[in-house]
Amino acid sequence: MIAELLWQPFVDYGFMRRAFAGCLALSAGAAPLGTILLLRRMSLVGDAMSHAILPGAALGYLLFGLSLPAMTIGGLAAGLIVAMLSGVVTRYTALREDASFAGFYLISLALGVLLISLRGSNVDLLHVLFGSVLALDDPTLYLTATIASLSMLGLALVYRPLLMECLDPGFLRLQGPMGSISHALFMLLLVLNLVGGFHSLGTLMAVALVVLPAASARFWLRGVGLQMALSTAIAMAGSLLGLLLSYHAGIAASAAITLSLGCLYLLSLCLGRLGSVRAQRQRPANDSVSEPMGVSE
Amino acid sequence: MSNFYLNRRALLGLALTSALPVGSVWAAGQPLPVVASFSILQDLTRQVGGDRVSVSALVGPDGDAHVFEPTPQQARQLQQAKVLVANGLDFEGWLPRLKKAAGFQGQEIVAAQGIAVRSLPKGQGHDHGHDHGADKAGHDHDHDHGHGHNHGPNDPHAWQDVKNAIIYVRNIAKGLAQADPANAARYDQQATQYIARLTALDTSLRQRFAALPADRRSVVSTHDAFGYFAQAYGLRFVPVRGLSTESEPSARDLAALVKQVREERIGAIFVENISDPRLLEQLARETGAAIGGRLYSDALSPAGGPASTYVDMVEANAATLLKALQAR
Repeated sequence: MIAELLWQPFVDYGFMRRAFAGCLALSAGAAPLGTILLLRRMSLVGDAMSHAILPGAALGYLLFGLSLPAMTIGGLAAGLIVAMLSGVVTRYTALREDASFAGFYLISLALGVLLISLRGSNVDLLHVLFGSVLALDDPTLYLTATIASLSMLGLALVYRPLLMECLDPGFLRLQGPMGSISHALFMLLLVLNLVGGFHSLGTLMAVALVVLPAASARFWLRGVGLQMALSTAIAMAGSLLGLLLSYHAGIAASAAITLSLGCLYLLSLCLGRLGSVRAQRQRPANDSVSEPMGVSE
Repeated sequence: MSNFYLNRRALLGLALTSALPVGSVWAAGQPLPVVASFSILQDLTRQVGGDRVSVSALVGPDGDAHVFEPTPQQARQLQQAKVLVANGLDFEGWLPRLKKAAGFQGQEIVAAQGIAVRSLPKGQGHDHGHDHGADKAGHDHDHDHGHGHNHGPNDPHAWQDVKNAIIYVRNIAKGLAQADPANAARYDQQATQYIARLTALDTSLRQRFAALPADRRSVVSTHDAFGYFAQAYGLRFVPVRGLSTESEPSARDLAALVKQVREERIGAIFVENISDPRLLEQLARETGAAIGGRLYSDALSPAGGPASTYVDMVEANAATLLKALQAR
């Protein structure tokens, strides 16, 4: 009976299988990036980047309709431009990274909304903002899978320098340009994943797969590698839950997935092993100045 | 709510009108001022009246007669009209109040008079196409606007059968002749010519739809306006289950639709509230049914569109349906 509730939708309907396959690929690509993002205290930058993609995707949409390559390339270009500009501003002016990101992403978001309102209707805007995980066709699935593979390979490549920069930025700067190269590569991977995610979850919620599972995983495991693995698993479980929720309760799929991820996060927040509400309460009072979490390896 | 607005607006309209010289604006030799309730009747009246009438429509092309709110200008227009052409069968639920409020004095033609009335399948009496399951997602405002549209068990969309349109044309010709006896012969002649065209159209539709194989005659549709059409030309229109809102459909909505299409051996899908082409492709891939285009039910397209006259509308609908049903 329960197995039927869980499996039957996927046995019966191709669009459910496709949606799940897409989510699996997205989880594998995006969730590990989230762990790094959190370590670098950049989770809001992820949010900013996902909005920064909008004008590029909108431009592609306005010029070529719902064309996968046009929207992907447009989104990628817009995301990278914003990342680069804010990187430059951070390095050469007095502005800190978060502020310069905020500035550029707001401009970018406004441009995107402007572009869509120039020609499209509200319906068009909804497609871009919310994506359509239930309408994944072959090209979109291939794109998502390719991005996931690239992002795992890329992350493996810059894993060491990234971690080092997280822990001791000064050390890497002394060692040469490796730090900024790895940072740039990481931002590229992030933008790639957000672009891949927005086809299925939309620009508003693509970032959920990056941030929420990683934040949940922090409450359970200490090692960075372990956290990455766990956040991927959580992302996959959340997507599955969300799709089932959308199927059985009849609510919009991307919102259902995001909410499922959110529920897993809240659960971890309350019940997790490390630094959660429960863990803090069980601790003796004098120890309550909590140690920094999740940086040991 | 809508009652209140109608009265207030109509009163405003009356206030505007009464400031103007009231009385017959129409003089012999000028085109007869006619108001039709919606665009399809406007076209039929034009075909019969030719240059002897000037017809305006209360609900214009692409308008929705179900959620109509009259403006003061329209109340004035109606007051000055000599003839009002309405569908009848309670299609224009807002019309009696508007007539009263505007003080319409002329002659009313009920176009659907004398047709064989078809009753709506149970449960389809008053939610109209767009609002299936309106009880779900906060669609209260729809009920408000659609207030004047409580058509009973009778299906008012009789014009979708061309044979009925011929009866419409006869009624309109008769009514115009009464209101404007000087041109009676002319109306009669133009009506006869137009009826010949409609008869040819009807015959051609029957032939083309008869050629469809028996298992390619079912269509899933968000419209419930094609009952007469289906009856006349041997098709089956199945209302869509699920798909309650116009925004992103949930996995459950989509699954219900897929299941329905598979179970009922549907040949083509016409769902206008799914606007994402990728989603439609997904449906087609999943069910093997063809995805149809736009069907015109209660209104013509604006001039220059694919369905700017009644004949064009019927032709466009038939072509869309045939194309979808013949595809394999």
